[in-house]
Amino acid sequence: MILLEGNSLLNPSPGLIFWQLVVFSALVFILWKFAWKGILSALKEREGEIEGALRMAEETRAEMAKLKSDNDKLVMEAKKERDIIIKEAKEVSDKMIAEAKDRAVEQGNKIMEDAREAMTQERVKMMSQIKNEVSALSIEIAEKVIRKELSDKKAQESFVSELVSDAKLN
Amino acid sequence: MFKYIFTLVLFAFLSVSTAFSQHEAEHISTENEAHPALGEITHQEESFDIGGMIMHHIADEHGWEFSHGVKLPLPVILYTADRGIEIFSSSRLDHEQVYNGYKNEHEHILRVDAEGKVDESIHPMDFSITKNVATLMLAAILLIVIFISVSKGYVNNKGKAPKGIQSFMEPLIVYLRDEVVKPSIGKNYGKYFPYLLTLFFFIFINNLLGLLPGGANLTGNIAITLVLAVITFLITNLSANKYYWKHILLPDTPKWMWAIMIPVEIVGVLMKPLSLMIRLFANITAGHIIMLSLFGLIFIFKSWYVAPAIGIFALFMSAIELLVAFLQAFIFMLLTSMYIGSAIEEHHADHH
Repeated sequence: MILLEGNSLLNPSPGLIFWQLVVFSALVFILWKFAWKGILSALKEREGEIEGALRMAEETRAEMAKLKSDNDKLVMEAKKERDIIIKEAKEVSDKMIAEAKDRAVEQGNKIMEDAREAMTQERVKMMSQIKNEVSALSIEIAEKVIRKELSDKKAQESFVSELVSDAKLN
Repeated sequence: MFKYIFTLVLFAFLSVSTAFSQHEAEHISTENEAHPALGEITHQEESFDIGGMIMHHIADEHGWEFSHGVKLPLPVILYTADRGIEIFSSSRLDHEQVYNGYKNEHEHILRVDAEGKVDESIHPMDFSITKNVATLMLAAILLIVIFISVSKGYVNNKGKAPKGIQSFMEPLIVYLRDEVVKPSIGKNYGKYFPYLLTLFFFIFINNLLGLLPGGANLTGNIAITLVLAVITFLITNLSANKYYWKHILLPDTPKWMWAIMIPVEIVGVLMKPLSLMIRLFANITAGHIIMLSLFGLIFIFKSWYVAPAIGIFALFMSAIELLVAFLQAFIFMLLTSMYIGSAIEEHHADHH
């Protein structure tokens, strides 16, 4: 208690309270107006910027991943399409080749048939012509022969007799 | 790097304050010789009045005595009903001098008549720039200079990393905002945060200035803590919502208990700022008393041999006092924000 005796330790002095009120209020006002306002808004602004940048990086990363998967999908689809196209092309070409072959065979057959027919007709024509010619020739020969044979009487008689003998023999 | 600077400052502080205490002690003992009335209390003429020395250090004074004989005169401002405002230098009242009918008796300025008798009928109102008021102004100027330069840093280094003092203060401000004020007050913290920052840095810088040799015990002065506590009380109760008042005036207890509960709640409302006031005052004053008692021991033992041991103790105490300087500022701000937070907290109707 000796420390507290007769002194103003526990009695606030009005003068100091007055000055504290004045100086502290002024300090609060001045710092509020000229320091904290700027400091706090700058801090907030910077935090907003950092947050925005981080969010954008995250978004970009997600977008990149999406793009990549899209790309992969596209490539896959393209590959599939290519396979289909190749397959279809092959089918078409196979079909075309088969068709061409068939047609060629058909054509060939037809040509052969036509040729054969033409040949047959030609032969028939030729044969009939030959027959005609042979018959005409043989008649001519026969006429000539007969004319010559029958120029003398004796020969005629012998020929007739010969013909008769032949007929007897049969 | 910081460690080295810290140690260096600590050593410088210690050596200077030790020397300072020595001067003070001499001063007091010679004073006792000169005034037998005071000397008699200690029964020995040469004996050292440690209580007086400590009180002298933690109390306010007119003029700022850095060391024995090195006293900065400060203006004395008095208001009396009959003479109005009078301003003169505190050096006019040094050494028990009477000036213009005024006398400084244990830092109370009294009106005296021609024969040197105290005139009890007149109570001069003392608005002097005392050591504490001068420290108060110094601290305010320091804070303004520091934080305006920090604020300018944000304009000059816009979009760049903080530099210099700005990068020292920024983590502290961000820490106080995110770890103390935001959790305590809630989403409406923005309205109170600038005041709370001023409060924190005001207490912190004055605690540190008080640790300097020759520094005033400003935050250990009850007038200062009283004003700070009253401001906290006003902010808390003026921004309080209906839930706060309902909790105090219509508590959720059976009605027959209201006779007990309401007075208890009202005492609680008053007790909060009162505890703030006492806590800061007592912690800082206690720290000063411990430091001064340690240095006083050297003069009580009247031996050089105890000095190294006292030095080590004092070093230890100084480190603790640095911690306390931060801690008390932090606690004052934390509790203020918690009181505000509890006053503006929104309760839902179905909460209880």
